Amino acid sequence: MKYLVLVALAVAQPLLADSNLPPAYWANRQLPNPQQEAEAQALMVELRCLVCQGQSIADSDAELAGDMRDLVRRRIAAGEKPSAIRAWLIERYGTWISYKPTDEPAAWPLWLAPIGLLVVGAWLIRHRIRLRAKR
Amino acid sequence: MSRGLRLIPIILLAWLVAGLAWRLIKPADPAVPSQLVHRELPAFDLPAALPSKPGLKSTDLASGRPRLVNIFASWCVPCAGEAPVLAELKRRGVAIDAIAVRDTPDAITTFLARNGDPYQRIGSDRQSEVQIALGSSGVPETFVVDARGIIRHQYVGPLTAANIPGVLQQLAAAR
Repeated sequence: MKYLVLVALAVAQPLLADSNLPPAYWANRQLPNPQQEAEAQALMVELRCLVCQGQSIADSDAELAGDMRDLVRRRIAAGEKPSAIRAWLIERYGTWISYKPTDEPAAWPLWLAPIGLLVVGAWLIRHRIRLRAKR
Repeated sequence: MSRGLRLIPIILLAWLVAGLAWRLIKPADPAVPSQLVHRELPAFDLPAALPSKPGLKSTDLASGRPRLVNIFASWCVPCAGEAPVLAELKRRGVAIDAIAVRDTPDAITTFLARNGDPYQRIGSDRQSEVQIALGSSGVPETFVVDARGIIRHQYVGPLTAANIPGVLQQLAAAR
């Protein structure tokens, strides 16, 4: 019985929740024009995968990420600006889809944090120097 | 350094632990809602997924009566799970159209033979293009579209029997 279980485990296949269609044409293929491919790459690493949330569509193996890479490369090959493609996606999925921080109020702490930390650091250093001078 | 300042690291640590504990107890909702809710459907024209049914165009959906657009796939297990709910909605007279994502006619035929066919039209979206244009992030999803072709509501994930009154209410409000 123990061996039967081991054999069953060894031959078991993972259940894939994937379609039976091949990846889209530009999903895993670079654009022939290196400049356009570089633009597409730069955009794809900043777009968030809807399936493997936390990965970029450039990193993800999810089929939807492949279809989004295809969409990005086709539009860039057609001459569309990366910023326009990003805006088009944000119109559909919200700023969630883009890793690039925006200037909306929710992102202000992100922009202000470095300044705040610098101020705290300067204050700490000043405090230390004063303590040492007193000694 | 004063006593109060010394407490700062401990307070920060407590704040961090409390935050982590809160998210462990109440995980964030991973659903990404479409921003197109309350806006007009984007224009699209999908070919028929099956020879026996028409495909789906955005203009089909501004039909003068509210409809459901179900985004499904034969390879999606939760889609089979929500099939009885769609069948019940159809029985109650709800018009349901579908977008089949990354699918083949054979697989769709088998899926519908097994799970029932509540759809009037099925458009074939082989590269998730229209799915992305709608701001949909997976299968299954269901959009409530009003009589003028404006998206009124989006259900992310499979519909359950508990959703039926809500869906009917949404449709009545979308007249």
